[in-house]
Amino acid sequence: MDWLSLDLLPPLLKGLKITLLLTVISIVVAFCFALLAGLGRLSRFAIVRAIMSTYVEIFRGTSLLIQLFWIYFALPMLLDVRLSAMTAAVIALGLNYGAYGSEVVRSSILAVPKGQIEASTALNMTPYQRMRRVIFPQAWVMMLPGFGNLQIELLKGTSLVYLITLADVTYQGMTLRSFDISRTPAILAWLLILYFIASYTLTLIVRLSERKVVKGRG
Amino acid sequence: MSQNIQTFTSDEPIVRYKNITKSFGEHTVLKELDLDILPGEKVALIGPSGSGKTTIARLLMTLESPTSGTIEVDGEMLWHMHKRGRLISANEKHLHRVRSKIGMVFQHFNLFPHMTILRNVTEALIHVLKIPKAEANHRALEILERVGLRDHTNHYPSQLSGGQKQRVAIARALVMQPRIMLFDEVTSALDPELVGEVLDVIKAIASEGDMTMILITHEMDFARDVADRIIFTDGGVIVEQGTPAELFENPKSARLQSFLSRFMKGQPDRSADDRVAAGTE
Ligand SMILES: Nc1ncnc2c1ncn2[C@@H]1O[C@H](COP(=O)(O)OP(=O)(O)O)[C@@H](O)[C@H]1O
Ligand SMILES: [Mg+2]
Repeated sequence: MDWLSLDLLPPLLKGLKITLLLTVISIVVAFCFALLAGLGRLSRFAIVRAIMSTYVEIFRGTSLLIQLFWIYFALPMLLDVRLSAMTAAVIALGLNYGAYGSEVVRSSILAVPKGQIEASTALNMTPYQRMRRVIFPQAWVMMLPGFGNLQIELLKGTSLVYLITLADVTYQGMTLRSFDISRTPAILAWLLILYFIASYTLTLIVRLSERKVVKGRG
Repeated sequence: MSQNIQTFTSDEPIVRYKNITKSFGEHTVLKELDLDILPGEKVALIGPSGSGKTTIARLLMTLESPTSGTIEVDGEMLWHMHKRGRLISANEKHLHRVRSKIGMVFQHFNLFPHMTILRNVTEALIHVLKIPKAEANHRALEILERVGLRDHTNHYPSQLSGGQKQRVAIARALVMQPRIMLFDEVTSALDPELVGEVLDVIKAIASEGDMTMILITHEMDFARDVADRIIFTDGGVIVEQGTPAELFENPKSARLQSFLSRFMKGQPDRSADDRVAAGTE
C-alpha cells in the first residue's frame, strides 16, 4: 500500500480544510461584489456607473496574483494596517471574482425582455419593485450557470494563496515536497485528486440548485 | 350599436395631447399631434404600420417621453410638473401618481413568466395598491372568472394558449381599475382562431361603459362595433377622424381610402413575424 502514499493525506487534508473555508467565504464576498457592481453598472446615475466600471476593469485587467500581493504586502505598508493572510486572500478573491461576476449579473439583467419592464411600469410598479419582483427573479435563473463556472474558477484560484503563506492544500503540498523532493509525483497526484473532488462536488451542488430553481417555473 | 347612446358625463377631456412631437434621433415619428379624448370614450386608432399608433399609446403609458409638447391626464400634466411657478420635467414620483390612472395591454402579452396566473394578476394589487393578500386574491379570481380563466389560476403563462395569455393580460390590467386603458394590437400576435375570444372580452368591458378605452387595432369590424370615434393616423399625423360610420362609409382623404381598400383585401399586421415573436414569451 506504500504506493498510495496515504501518509501524505493528513497534512494535505488539513490544508484542504483551509482551501474549502477560503472558497466558501470568498464565494459569498465575490457574490456581494458581483451584485453591487453588476447593478451599479446599470444605475441611473452616471457617477455610480463610472465607479463600478473602473473597479471591474481594474480587477479584470490585472492578474489575481498581483492583486493578492498588493493587498497583502503593499496596502498594509501604505495604509498602516495589518491584514491576516486569510483576510487578504478573501478580499483579493472576492474583488477579483466579483468583477467577473458583475458581468454575469449585468448581462443577465439586460437579457430579460424589455416587455417585462414595460408591463411592470404599466402596472405602476416603482423602479425598485420592477427590479425586485419582475426583472431580477428572471435574471437570477440566467445567472446561475455563469456563477457556477466562476465558483469553480475561484476554487482553483485559491491555490495562489500559498504565495502569501496561507496554509492551504497547495501550501501543504509544497511543504511536503521540500521535505522529500523524491515524492513529488505522489504529492502532486494527491493535489490533482483533491482539487478535482472538490470542484466536482461544487459542480454537482450548482447543477442541483439550478434544477431546483428552474423547476416549477413552467 | 351601443356606443351611439353613450352619453359623456363631462366635456373636459380625460386625455389631452397638446402639440406633441416625438423623434427618435433624426426620425420624427409624431408631428405636432393634438388629440382630446373624453372620459368614457372608446377611441380606435387605425393606420398603416409605422404610422405612430404605438408611440401615441406609449407616450401616455410613460414608456416613452415626448420630444416636445404636453400630455394632460384628468386635468393634470403627465410629463411635466410645476415647481416654484415653473414647468419642469416630471420626476418618478409625479409619474407614479398620474400613471395610476392608466393601464395597458400589449401586443405580445408581456406576462410575468415566473409567476402563476393568479400572481400575475395579484402582484401589483398587493405591492402597488397595498391591498391585503386575501382581498387581492378575491378580486383577482373575480376578474379571472370574467375573462373565463378561473380554472387556470395555478398555471404558468407558458402553459396557456395565446388567446388565454392575452385574456390574463387584460385581467391583470383591469384589476388595477385604471380610468384609461390602452390596447395595442392585442390580437395581432394571435392565431386567427383565437382572436374572437379576446375581442369578446374587450367588447364586454367596453359595454360596461365608464372606462376610457384607446384601441389600436387592425380588426375593422371590431373597431366599428366598439368605438365611438375612429382616428386614422399616417406618417405621424392624424389624417382623419370621426364616427365609424363617417370614416368607413365615407372616407374623405385619399390616404384613408387607399388604406381601407388595401385593408379589406388582407390583414397586413397579422404576419408570420408576429406569431414567431409571440411564441418567444
Ligand atoms: N424605440 C424606437 N427607436 C427608434 N425608432 C422607433 C422606436 N419606436 C418606434 N420607432 C419608429 O417609429 C415609427 C412609428 O412606430 P410605431 O409607433 O410603433 O408605429 P405603429 O404602431 O403605427 O406601427 C416607426 O417608423 C418605428 O420604426
Ligand atoms: Mg404598433
